[in-house]
Amino acid sequence: MYSKRFDNRKLDETREIEAKVGIIKRADGSAYFRIGDTKVIAAVYGPRELYPVFLQNPEKGLLRCVYDMTSFSVTDRKRPGPNRRSIEISLVTEKSLLPALDLSQFPNTVIDIFIEVIQADAGTRCAGICAAAMALADAGIPMKDLVAAISVGKVGDKIVLDLNKDEEDYEEGSTDMPVAIIGNTEEITLLQLDGDMNKEEILEALRLAKKGCSEIHKIQKKALKEKYMSVKENE
Amino acid sequence: MGDLLVKDKDIVVPGEELAIGMDYLPAGGVYRLNDKIYASQVGLVSISGRLIKLIPLSGRYIPKKGDLVIGKVVDTGFSGWRIDIDWAYEANLSMKDATSEFIERGSDLTQYYDYGDIISVQIIHVSGSKIIDLTMKGPGLRKLKGGKIIEVNPTKVPRIIGKQGSMIQMIKEKTNCKIIVGQNGKVWISGLDPESELKATQCIYKIEAESHLDGLTDRIKDFLEGKNV
Repeated sequence: MYSKRFDNRKLDETREIEAKVGIIKRADGSAYFRIGDTKVIAAVYGPRELYPVFLQNPEKGLLRCVYDMTSFSVTDRKRPGPNRRSIEISLVTEKSLLPALDLSQFPNTVIDIFIEVIQADAGTRCAGICAAAMALADAGIPMKDLVAAISVGKVGDKIVLDLNKDEEDYEEGSTDMPVAIIGNTEEITLLQLDGDMNKEEILEALRLAKKGCSEIHKIQKKALKEKYMSVKENE
Repeated sequence: MGDLLVKDKDIVVPGEELAIGMDYLPAGGVYRLNDKIYASQVGLVSISGRLIKLIPLSGRYIPKKGDLVIGKVVDTGFSGWRIDIDWAYEANLSMKDATSEFIERGSDLTQYYDYGDIISVQIIHVSGSKIIDLTMKGPGLRKLKGGKIIEVNPTKVPRIIGKQGSMIQMIKEKTNCKIIVGQNGKVWISGLDPESELKATQCIYKIEAESHLDGLTDRIKDFLEGKNV
């Protein structure tokens, strides 16, 4: 019976969130996103030339995502380089960001996103999407709105927002469902499910996810503004 | 009907609501969804009449017809040159647009512009898939000899030039340097001595860093005259 959360949060409360924009000097856009003990950085390069030529699209630009975990980000050392899991997450990240972007101005080019997890405590793909969305905005890529993502799920018999690693590994059964949402249109661009939930539970989880994402949106927008306002305050 | 939610020169981020109602029209950097206008980039709001526009604060250079840019020759072919102008792909400078001299068939093109040469050049055409054609025919378009090149954020270039070139004119007069500002964020500076070149460089970096602030012209003037630096 899971009655109280391991870290004393309320059922619909996220972990502490921190966001920063413009942390990598040589990248066109970059961002850092932390939710609890999950820390992620993202860098955007482009629009830049795309080879091989058959990948080029004369109508619009291509988006390419790479998600990777550093070897020290988890308790057991992770073997460096891509694996089955990171390839899948790269793909779903790309697909969750693409509906928000307008790449028609950048024909035949590619925009590269590199997401690096520097510390993992569950919800890394969601943190990666949040960081990547801010980095894309920092790189000046036109978009409908920022994309925010958060995981929701069922721990024991409770529907909770933003699972941490302890909750994900709860021995009496745990389900998690990462959700990504585009701000103003409320389109859901990512929905994965690991475990089992019935219809009512999923609807309740989605309601929590929307609440969590709107909180993240505010933090993302504030972080972006801070970077460009800071010049103003220096005088 | 018609509510404006932001002021002129506000900093906005993607997805931020700018106006409600059909009274305002979206221009560059913004879009309409149902009856609201949203920002699609990080930028400064610019309202002129009913038009709402965004002046972007970030992003790479996007080539436009008519832009004067500073490029580097990266290849010579049989009928022209390939120029790197800081876009994803190199631009074309064809033989007929490169010089008013008569070039004989089969002659060596490197005697006009060779690999590594820096040139100031104008964009005459940008195709739908962003294939760029350049010209060297026009005032101030030439091979740049000597001097140095600095890079600034292309979104800050209008501030460096100033209204009708007022800012750049002031720097040129006060430092006695020759300066060419390319829309792609490359600035060529050539002075009589290293000190004046350094002064002009610092000045341009100062404009880049402080471009959002009011009273920029006065501060740059003070800087150039050596007051409270």
